[in-house]
Amino acid sequence: MSAVEISAGPSHDTDSVPVNRHRVDWRGWKFLWPFVVVFLFVFIVPIVYAIYLSFFQTRMIGGTVFVGVQNYLRLFRDGQFWGSVWRVTLFTIVQVPIMLALSALLALALDSMRLHGTRFFRISTFLPYAVPAVVSTLIWGFMYGAKYGLVGSLNGWLGTHLDVLQPSVLLAAIGNIVTWEFTGYNMLIFYSSLSTIPHSLYEAASIDGASEWQIVRRIKMPELKGSLAITVIFSIIGSFQLFNEPSIMQNMVPGNTITTYYTPNMYAYNLSFTGGQSNYAAALAIVMAVITMAVAYAVQLNSMKEQMK
Amino acid sequence: MKSEASLKRLSASELRAQERAAKKAEKTRQRRVAHDEADERKRSARNGFSNPDNPRRSWPLTFVVAIFAVYCLFPFVYLLINATKTQGDFTSTFGLGFGHTFALWDNLQEVFTYQDGIFGRWLLNTLLYVVVGAGGATLLAIMGGYALAKFRFPGRKAVFAVVIGAISVPGIALAVPQFLLFAKLGLTNTPWAMILPSLISPFGLYLMWIFSEQAVPTELMEAARVDGAGEMRTFFTIALPLLAPGIVTTALFTIVATWNNYFLPLIMLKDADWYPLTIGLNQWKDQASTAGGQAIQNLVITGSLVTIVPLVIAFLLLQKYWQSGLAAGAVKE
Repeated sequence: MSAVEISAGPSHDTDSVPVNRHRVDWRGWKFLWPFVVVFLFVFIVPIVYAIYLSFFQTRMIGGTVFVGVQNYLRLFRDGQFWGSVWRVTLFTIVQVPIMLALSALLALALDSMRLHGTRFFRISTFLPYAVPAVVSTLIWGFMYGAKYGLVGSLNGWLGTHLDVLQPSVLLAAIGNIVTWEFTGYNMLIFYSSLSTIPHSLYEAASIDGASEWQIVRRIKMPELKGSLAITVIFSIIGSFQLFNEPSIMQNMVPGNTITTYYTPNMYAYNLSFTGGQSNYAAALAIVMAVITMAVAYAVQLNSMKEQMK
Repeated sequence: MKSEASLKRLSASELRAQERAAKKAEKTRQRRVAHDEADERKRSARNGFSNPDNPRRSWPLTFVVAIFAVYCLFPFVYLLINATKTQGDFTSTFGLGFGHTFALWDNLQEVFTYQDGIFGRWLLNTLLYVVVGAGGATLLAIMGGYALAKFRFPGRKAVFAVVIGAISVPGIALAVPQFLLFAKLGLTNTPWAMILPSLISPFGLYLMWIFSEQAVPTELMEAARVDGAGEMRTFFTIALPLLAPGIVTTALFTIVATWNNYFLPLIMLKDADWYPLTIGLNQWKDQASTAGGQAIQNLVITGSLVTIVPLVIAFLLLQKYWQSGLAAGAVKE
């Protein structure tokens, strides 16, 4: 080590930085170690622990025993689990494109500088993001209510029998809440990536005779693609984790429409906290993590390929 | 030569007067420029000419976006109106109209006195989790992001890859084992169960990383080192002030994440004395559907209003900072 230092020393004499380039620079860890320590404790250790737990089973007699991949085998035959996976998949396929299309259009509209009151629209469409999921679900739940909610008032007024909480449209009603919560957030991601395009580019384009629409298509849309990959991945992860909205609405909805296995997350929660099956829940969590990452990765790969064209 | 000499002889008060006059002239000039620009805009709008720096404002486009803004703001209006109603009026009067009595102050008072004022306790708990949890998360993210951006150390790439990978792990995959682990350590049902996991914000780290890369010039850090400043001193006196907009942005996002967290406290806390606002409100809502439970929807709604007001105010007041911070963070893409 010191030999390297000595031999390398003279050649760097002119360098004003008092750091030898050949010596390993550990200074970054002075700042990074607190994050890494906490991260290990609340992220890495639990994940490893979950994998460990998923190979065991707690039995009435005999206590906790090693069962190998039995929890996983049981999961693959579990109709309730796959039903919930199908439900969030359907939710993702419908809700995410609607939300992201809205966000992108909104960002383009705000960025066009052709609106009256851009600042007002920017902040008012983002504001729902500041509302906790509990509160937004409460508000929308009260509005959805056919008994004494807004829908109920409208029904009484117009003589209709609308019910947005009936089983066939309930998922759409939940989708509306999620769309309300996150459209503004995604809009802001799109908007901030649009704002990094240098204005000279627009000027050059318009001097070359490009119409506004051509500027949107040829300059702004390609710029949005980069942030689209990020928003798509975040949205897919979010949808697959759907928990707050359905579980808060559970007893605002008449009957037993929102079951304890409505989404994979609710299923895992109920298994481990009311069903006492933590090991099975751990296996479920791991399978969901793998599925989520696989889907997110596949989608990202797809968007990358599109960019290559 | 002569004028220079006479300038020197000017007294301080005369100098100040000159300065004032110059400022005033500059202001008038700016006003005239703004006026001319507005005129120019109007003229080009009349001629149907569009240029990207001076575009035509469009009423139809504004109208379309306004419809969406109504959709976004509508639930806030509903919440405001219904927070003024008594429980009786809430269930019997039209959802978007006011009730027979204006009960906002009564409701607010009742929110803070119901069940021996437990709502105040929940509010304090939430503040504790936000100050320690979100504050700590911001601090860790600043330091970590700065390290990743400004130093080349062994393990740097590995740390980044693992952190980015961890973002895509679903919350539940973490929460169940986190709970079991914390239960073993005797941390569940204590504030630590809420604070420790809140300390990590991968998104915050990512944001601060990108931001540090642009906002802190390496030359400036090297100049400080040459002048004999240690790493910590360079960080606190040189880097931190430059990072301010990024810090505001990161802090705001970690505060929202902690203030609005529902899943983590739901799992970790069983004792109502340690609940944050979100869990408490949901418990009040559930009270209506339990056997013999008193329906207190008016309190749920007014409590919801109290819960969101601080965040809404924070977002409005700090708008300028977090928006510029976010825009700078987007450059990397």
